[in-house]
Amino acid sequence: MNQSPELLRRLLRAKDRMDGASHEEWPVRRLAHVSSVSPAHFARSFKQAFGVPPHRYLLTRRIERAVALLRDTDLPITDIAFQTGWKSLGTFGRIFRDITGENPGNLRTRERSAPHGRRHMPECIVRAAHRPDLKTAVSEKRRRMTAERMENQSTEVL
Amino acid sequence: MTQGIDVVGVYVRDQDEALAFYVEKLGFRVHTDVRNGDYRWLTVQHPEQPSFQLGLFKPGPPVHDAATAQALHEVVAKGAMPSLVLAVDNCRAAYERLNARGVEFTQEPVDRYGAVDAGFRDPSGNGWKMIEARPTKSQSRGAQ
Repeated sequence: MNQSPELLRRLLRAKDRMDGASHEEWPVRRLAHVSSVSPAHFARSFKQAFGVPPHRYLLTRRIERAVALLRDTDLPITDIAFQTGWKSLGTFGRIFRDITGENPGNLRTRERSAPHGRRHMPECIVRAAHRPDLKTAVSEKRRRMTAERMENQSTEVL
Repeated sequence: MTQGIDVVGVYVRDQDEALAFYVEKLGFRVHTDVRNGDYRWLTVQHPEQPSFQLGLFKPGPPVHDAATAQALHEVVAKGAMPSLVLAVDNCRAAYERLNARGVEFTQEPVDRYGAVDAGFRDPSGNGWKMIEARPTKSQSRGAQ
């Protein structure tokens, strides 16, 4: 079913608001209000328009910001977790690992040791290019990895 | 100048609405506004940049069939077209001025690597970055 450009423009407004303040809480009701869509229809309409459910989109934006702060600042990881919208360091670390495949501390070390040439690209493009690609739900990814680990009978320490 | 890029266009959902936005809110000027039947060739210009025109074109006949026009309208409304960049000499002042006129900002001015930038959208969904480059060192010491 096609979505009207007029609806898409209003859904874009909700996406823009998440982009602008990804550290804030964005329950469906709030997003639906921004888009002038009923809460019952919002999540489905958003996913149809942008390919990911709104909550998952928000998680990718938060992790993307956290990665940038790890790379570009000396802020302690705890501060970065709270600044990017998490209420607990544990949740931040778990979702960060689920999405990027490594610990925040490891990523910081690796990013800083790698030379890069991003100076000549606009910042917003660089950030979009480094946005984690979340094709499946975080919980689903975690489940699948656990299943694979069990199959492999791996004993490696995480 | 005799050679170079003269016109670049964006797709808009409504040319009257776009004209009002780019002229009354952003302060551009109309360069050409002519009709040929249903077709309307509409371009605007930045007042300080007479060598460049921004076309405000509406997808539709005779250039596009109905399905193509619909697809283009959808792509613009989703914000999927490339962002445009507006150079300004004072980003925060421009932000205050445009925000007061009701421009839909997606990002307030932020200091990044010695430059200040903000973001807004036109009514159709086309995204703009508004960037103030800071050439001198003493000026780049601004607050984060």
